[in-house]
Amino acid sequence: MPYNEPSPLEVRVLSKRFGLPHSQSIETYLATEGYVAWRRALEMTPEQILDEVKASNLRGRGGAGFPTGMKWSFVPRTPDKPKYIVVNADESEPGTCKDRLLMEYDPHQLIEGMLIAARAVDAHRGYIYIRGEYRYLIDIMDRAIAEAYERGYLGKNIVGSGFDFDAYTHTGAGAYECGEESALLESLEGKRGIPRIRPPFPAAAGLYQCPTVLNNVESFCAVPAILRDGGAAFAALGTPRNGGTRLFCISGHVNRPGVYELPMGFNLLRMIDEVAGGVRGGKKLKAVIPGGSSCPVLKAGECDLPMDFDSLAKAKSMLGSGGVVVMDEDTCMVKAALRIMRFYAHESCGWCIPCREGTVWLKKILTRVHEGGGVESDIPLIHELSDNMLGRTFCPLGDAAAMPTLAFVEKFRGEFEAHLNGRPCPFETVAV
Amino acid sequence: MTFSPELEAKFEKLLTSYPAGRERSAVVPMLIYAQDELGAVTPELIDEVARRTGISPLQVNEAVTYYSMLHKQPLGKHHIQICTNISCMLTGGAELWEHACKKLGIGNKEVTADGEFSLEEVECIGACSWAPALQVNYEFQHQMTPEKFDRLVEGLRKLQ
Repeated sequence: MPYNEPSPLEVRVLSKRFGLPHSQSIETYLATEGYVAWRRALEMTPEQILDEVKASNLRGRGGAGFPTGMKWSFVPRTPDKPKYIVVNADESEPGTCKDRLLMEYDPHQLIEGMLIAARAVDAHRGYIYIRGEYRYLIDIMDRAIAEAYERGYLGKNIVGSGFDFDAYTHTGAGAYECGEESALLESLEGKRGIPRIRPPFPAAAGLYQCPTVLNNVESFCAVPAILRDGGAAFAALGTPRNGGTRLFCISGHVNRPGVYELPMGFNLLRMIDEVAGGVRGGKKLKAVIPGGSSCPVLKAGECDLPMDFDSLAKAKSMLGSGGVVVMDEDTCMVKAALRIMRFYAHESCGWCIPCREGTVWLKKILTRVHEGGGVESDIPLIHELSDNMLGRTFCPLGDAAAMPTLAFVEKFRGEFEAHLNGRPCPFETVAV
Repeated sequence: MTFSPELEAKFEKLLTSYPAGRERSAVVPMLIYAQDELGAVTPELIDEVARRTGISPLQVNEAVTYYSMLHKQPLGKHHIQICTNISCMLTGGAELWEHACKKLGIGNKEVTADGEFSLEEVECIGACSWAPALQVNYEFQHQMTPEKFDRLVEGLRKLQ
């Protein structure tokens, strides 16, 4: 493994081919149950495929956690318009680096997932929207697509089934906003990545205003295992309503950062201590962002919980995209909140005023607080601004900026107060 | 405008990758692949992409000004993009950024006098578990340190 050693606690379903020799090649894929699920899908009706995916309790791995089978079932059955499959490979939520590995090590698993989705909704064309920075993955996916055409797994009359499907890669060019589904579709149509108002949702009016199945890379990659082993078996790997495994990306202050495939519901503290080797340098745990930078931070005392969508929602945070960012006792929470806000201010597409203005104002206030220029009234001002962003934008970027900020301020208010009225950052004083 | 045969082939493939009448979808891919060859998005390129996709140059320009990887000015031969977002920040990304600016004597989005290097502070590049990370053009470098950065730069200089 060129990235990180696997952990014995992993349950490797989607990542089972990681590290195999020539794991990208169709030979390796076919020799390790590749395209078996596709052949099974051919013997099933579209309804049976949807039922199997629903039974798996697979929930969207891009961050929202919406049930994948239900999403697919919203695609109308009418044949009057072409239907599309779109893979969201615009992985750019800070803390997240898993889709990269899924495409790098097992590109055919993604293609097979697309094929099964296509059969379930009767789509005949699909696009993999890959962020521009991941150019080497576009090359890998293009090679895998070419191999699949050569072997008859893409194109006309796929393995004699009478079913046709064409797949293409599409490069982005640098825009976090394009990871949001409706902005991604705009971008795929050759425009600026600006979100669309919904409804209608992509299932009804997506790419070129046609019915579209749009899921994250990891969601599609789970589908072959679901059809191969059965939806019930996949569901049983996780917790109720949270089927399967998940690729967790552990980063920050741990001894063994890495991407690890663990069952849904795996305890967060165990993940940090036993999978990632604990907090590095023998330091104490201070806080964890459990699912990418949009997710409200958890204090160390809140981390003894199962990592599934429902448990994180109960803890007033989110499981998000699986990016677990671990921060030790020496981390300045104001600096962390500021860095995250700088990101959202940079990436706001500018379409909705509360987000466009709110993120920049919050960045300015957090900058001044961190530099010691803040005053008491800044803390209620941060609250007021964040409240005015929540729920008032076309897409979730405004919420994604406001929610973690509120959590940082509410949970570490004392730290924010310690920065006010000309006092220097207490953590930078310690470091020097 | 004439391009290399490789780029022409790429354009041809792109223009047939989308349903008939939807050639506008190829705009961003065409721009970025052409930029790789030309070094920047030039006004002539904008006109050419507009002509080939059947939209107006203004519509192409709307895309150019939106996407952060598209740029109208040439960058260094080795464009070094350093991530300082949260996971990289926690593991020394900000210090790495400062070191890089000093080492190369340039700031954000600036190019060295010899045109060899340019620097950009970028947002998350998807290398969080192997932070701090950077990209030289499209190539990733993981778990960087100031020392590793110096060796990287010396290695690239020798390629000249």
